[in-house]
Amino acid sequence: MIEFENVSKSYGESKVLDRLNFRINPGEFVVLIGPSGCGKTTTLRTINRLIEPDGGKVFINGEDISKVNPVQLRRTIGYVIQQIGLFPNMTVEENIAVVPKLLKYPKEKWQPIVRELLELVGMPYKENAHKYPSELSGGQQQRIGVLRALAASPPIVLMDEPFGALDPITREALQEEVKRIQKKLKKTIVFVTHDMDEALRMADTIVFMSGGKILQMASPEELLQNPADPLISEFMGKHKGAPGASLTAGDFMKTRVLKASRKTQTLQSVELMRKRDVNSMIVVNDDDTYAGTVSLDTIKALGKAGKEIGDMMEDQAPIVNLNEDAHDTFEKLYTSPVGYVVVLNDDKTVAGLITKTSMAKAMGEALWGEMLS
Amino acid sequence: MSNLTPLIIEHLLIVLAAVAISAVIGVSLGILSYWVRPLDKIILWVAEIIQTIPTLALLAMLMILFGLGNITIIAGLVLYALMPIIRNTYIGLEAIPAHLKDAARGMGMSKPQQLIKIEIPFSLPLIFSGIKIALVNSLSIAVMGVLIGAGGLGYPIYRGIQTNSLERILSGAIPVVLMAMILDYLMTKMEKWMVRKSPQN
Ligand SMILES: Nc1ncnc2c1ncn2[C@@H]1O[C@H](COP(=O)(O)OP(=O)(O)OP(=O)(O)O)[C@@H](O)[C@H]1O
Ligand SMILES: [Mg+2]
Repeated sequence: MIEFENVSKSYGESKVLDRLNFRINPGEFVVLIGPSGCGKTTTLRTINRLIEPDGGKVFINGEDISKVNPVQLRRTIGYVIQQIGLFPNMTVEENIAVVPKLLKYPKEKWQPIVRELLELVGMPYKENAHKYPSELSGGQQQRIGVLRALAASPPIVLMDEPFGALDPITREALQEEVKRIQKKLKKTIVFVTHDMDEALRMADTIVFMSGGKILQMASPEELLQNPADPLISEFMGKHKGAPGASLTAGDFMKTRVLKASRKTQTLQSVELMRKRDVNSMIVVNDDDTYAGTVSLDTIKALGKAGKEIGDMMEDQAPIVNLNEDAHDTFEKLYTSPVGYVVVLNDDKTVAGLITKTSMAKAMGEALWGEMLS
Repeated sequence: MSNLTPLIIEHLLIVLAAVAISAVIGVSLGILSYWVRPLDKIILWVAEIIQTIPTLALLAMLMILFGLGNITIIAGLVLYALMPIIRNTYIGLEAIPAHLKDAARGMGMSKPQQLIKIEIPFSLPLIFSGIKIALVNSLSIAVMGVLIGAGGLGYPIYRGIQTNSLERILSGAIPVVLMAMILDYLMTKMEKWMVRKSPQN
């Protein structure tokens, strides 16, 4: 656990950190974000004492780190920087083994670690261990940068815009790898970025900073839903195109919905619903306009074989127009007694259905791009 | 010509001894300048002042301290060689990219570890080039040793001047020039190899 207690830092007249107070739990992925110069890097570097605060205290697992030898401290905290900073005079293997060697691990101990870590990022030992950093691509170099930080199994890893200089595709691949590694190895990660996409994608908790202060510390959802400051909304707008703002009901619906004429017979309807594994369906008039819905439960309760479903329709499902604003749709969905909302075209024919699943999927896509399933 | 061989060897040994001592002192002072910020100006300034002292004056002063002989010329050469070695060491260390120093520090290297594992290897080509300059310069300055009773190729040149014999002067001067050219050539090659091998390129 990392705790900041009234941590301040000034350079001359300018206050770079202004009485910071926060806590990071073990295993948490915390992203520091905010405008350039807001103090993200400074905050990060006070954790491994590359910067000494001039007020307040930082605790790691309850221990005041100003009492710990900084050189020893840094060997127990992983550190990844934007410029990668691999040592050009050392091979990939030597780079990864830097901290284990400083900790005097024998070769029999550090060499398997190097192998294992290289496997972890899909860079076979044989092909890569003896190369120099200059022989690797930017993405590979930063992978080694990450592995170097992990080699001595530090419980905490600090990352300062580690993927800032990489192309979007490599960057995304590395984001996924780091997230995967973090979960697998249960690391506490403090990650600096100025990219809201990256923050939303990676973080358990986002710390939004401005002018050396924390404006908001919250989960990505909370930050999206209730930004505590106009600057935060603006920041998300700049990077995201304000999720939710321009979206309509049509963006959240699924179009593959089960429809049947009101003349459909009960047994046939039950069969249709079973086949599609749903427990209700939409009933339409002869001119294909929306009539109502019918659920499996109602048919079972009232229906005898051979009756038409038009006679046992319900009208509890909320209805929205295709162009209804996403926010209102969202509210209707959450108050819907049947758990879904019917979306109609302008001519009252059925356009689709919004369920909590389709909503979540569409929001996920809006945030993180196309999803696979 | 055969009686020149011992003189050539002696000349070379005087220069090598002086540059070796100067390299140890100069690299150390270069590191000190790099580590202890306010000292860099003073150290570089003093080294520069030494360079401007006329050779004869410097040797005369050293003679008072060390008497006549090879020790005095070696001491003089050490002082003259300091400047390029200190300067190149200092420049080389200063030129290390900030992010590399940051990474080294961030990994938990102590200052000496940063120096030995990262900083010296990184600035080695430049330090070597400083030593090369010192060596080539020293070869010709060492000729002055004859004036304070030291050995080496200064003697035939001095005798040549006294006897007005161009042939004698050349018999001393040519080996000095040749040695300087050969050493310069070889060390430049090594330096280029180091630069090429240093993986930041
Ligand atoms: N050594 C220093 N001396 C003086 N001012 C400094 C120093 N280091 C940082 N600052 C200032 O402190 C402020 C915070 O710097 P910091 O590097 O923490 O910002 P940041 O949030 O990481 O910004 P960026 O997104 O640009 O990396 C900036 O205004 C910066 O100019
Ligand atoms: Mg920064």
